[in-house]
Amino acid sequence: MLELIDICFSRDRKNILKNINLKIDNNKMVVITGPNGSGKSTLAKIIMGIEKPDSGKIIFDGKDITNLSITERAKFGIGFAFQQPVRFKGLTVRDLIEISAGNSIKVCDACDVLADVGLCAQEYLNREVNAELSGGELKRIEIAMLAAKKSKLTIFDEPEAGIDLWSFNNLISVFEKMHDDIKGSILIISHQEKILEIADEIVLVKNGKIEMHGTKDEMLSNIFGKIKPCHKLDKNEKCSKGGTN
Amino acid sequence: MDKLEKDLLKKIADIEKTPMGAYNIRENGKGIARNTTANIDIVTKEDKPGIDIIVKPNTKNESIHIPVILTQGGLNDLVYNDFYIGENADVVIVAGCGIHNNTCDTAEHDGIHTFHLAKGAKIKYIEKHYGEGEGTGDRILNPQTIINLDENASMEMESVQIKGVSSTVRETFANMKKGSSLVISERIMTTGKQFAKTVFDVNLDGEDSSVHVASRSVAEDDSLQEFISNVKGNTKCFGHVECDAIVMGNARVISDPKIEANNVDASLIHEAAIGKIAGEQLTKLMTLGLTEKEAEEQIINGFLK
Repeated sequence: MLELIDICFSRDRKNILKNINLKIDNNKMVVITGPNGSGKSTLAKIIMGIEKPDSGKIIFDGKDITNLSITERAKFGIGFAFQQPVRFKGLTVRDLIEISAGNSIKVCDACDVLADVGLCAQEYLNREVNAELSGGELKRIEIAMLAAKKSKLTIFDEPEAGIDLWSFNNLISVFEKMHDDIKGSILIISHQEKILEIADEIVLVKNGKIEMHGTKDEMLSNIFGKIKPCHKLDKNEKCSKGGTN
Repeated sequence: MDKLEKDLLKKIADIEKTPMGAYNIRENGKGIARNTTANIDIVTKEDKPGIDIIVKPNTKNESIHIPVILTQGGLNDLVYNDFYIGENADVVIVAGCGIHNNTCDTAEHDGIHTFHLAKGAKIKYIEKHYGEGEGTGDRILNPQTIINLDENASMEMESVQIKGVSSTVRETFANMKKGSSLVISERIMTTGKQFAKTVFDVNLDGEDSSVHVASRSVAEDDSLQEFISNVKGNTKCFGHVECDAIVMGNARVISDPKIEANNVDASLIHEAAIGKIAGEQLTKLMTLGLTEKEAEEQIINGFLK
């Protein structure tokens, strides 16, 4: 479905992405993870066309989309959920869901996508997407828009950012439902172990390079196998460093 | 009335057929249709052009349409309309002016509307302004709205300049007594070399009176807009003015807000923001499949909705 070939991207004399080669097959849930500043979000933006690579090719559904605009890629079947959703004075939740769906969506369908992200349609459908909404509400609306868009490939840039713990489990089920309903591929940039656990494949990006790429099982043992888990102190155990005793 | 006039009425007052309730339709400086009801009287002024609209106390769920249309160039139509709204009445008033000018002469309408709301009266006032026509003559509208709110009276004013008005100076003055409330929502669009100036001058004289003014405007091409507000809190009261403008091309927007607390219990807020459409807003809508132009239109239409 999506193939990135030798993608390079630099800004201000800094190489942000170095020869990225990645294939994502149809109907896969893929999570890209890695340390902050490793180039994950830049990679997502390059797939959507928000950033242009310095070199390399992007093939989507057999077509070279490297030089296509954001709009053309969106029409061709790519969707993108922003890490920090944009506010619009005047545009309502309903307006944005309708634009996402590409036509006037039935009220009951708009209600369904809002309900899936834990928002009451009656309360939110006609609300302006402005500064009166909290970061968490905006994030849910952003995810609902992507559910309404039904793209062949949907990219989420750190969807968990700004979502409270109570909503987090719902978020996981939203991705799973979206994956089942749309039958498209979902690409999620995330640091969250719970999100990694629902992936078919995990890609580890470090210093602008793909360090590892494999199935969830392979990758989880590789990534977390190398990290010594946090040692929990027993009640009677004394701290070896910085203890109060 | 031919199609041109009907289209103008539809644009400014949503009138397609004879309106329900009381109405007075003015065309090219003359009244052409009028209806009164048991509770609402409309009387022609004798000392100057215009009408008095008198609403009896406790009148509820009735409407008054008083649209004005101009289809002749070279006409300067000045009209004084006074509204007397009785105690505890609750009505909707739809005004507005549409100009179709196919000549090279100026067509101008200056409507001076004075509202006297008695105790506990409530109105929703909708005013739309629109200009069109192939002629080079200017289409000028200078509305003046004077609002006097008695105790616990409330008014919601929706003022919209749709498009096509060459020049406008829109002045609103309000004097507010105890417990009265005023909510003004203004939308203005200017293009080409058009000019629009808005002035709001509000005196919060009565305890617990409140005003909320929200102005949103879009200035395109080489147009110029000016927003001036002066809210005076003379007692325990609340005032909130917000002015948002999107500026495009070579257009200019000047915002000159003033809030004046003349009493320690006056609570006044002013917010103003002027700028071009944010790039991230365009990008977001493009990721949903809109072109840049379509995204721009959506943002502007939503902003002025």
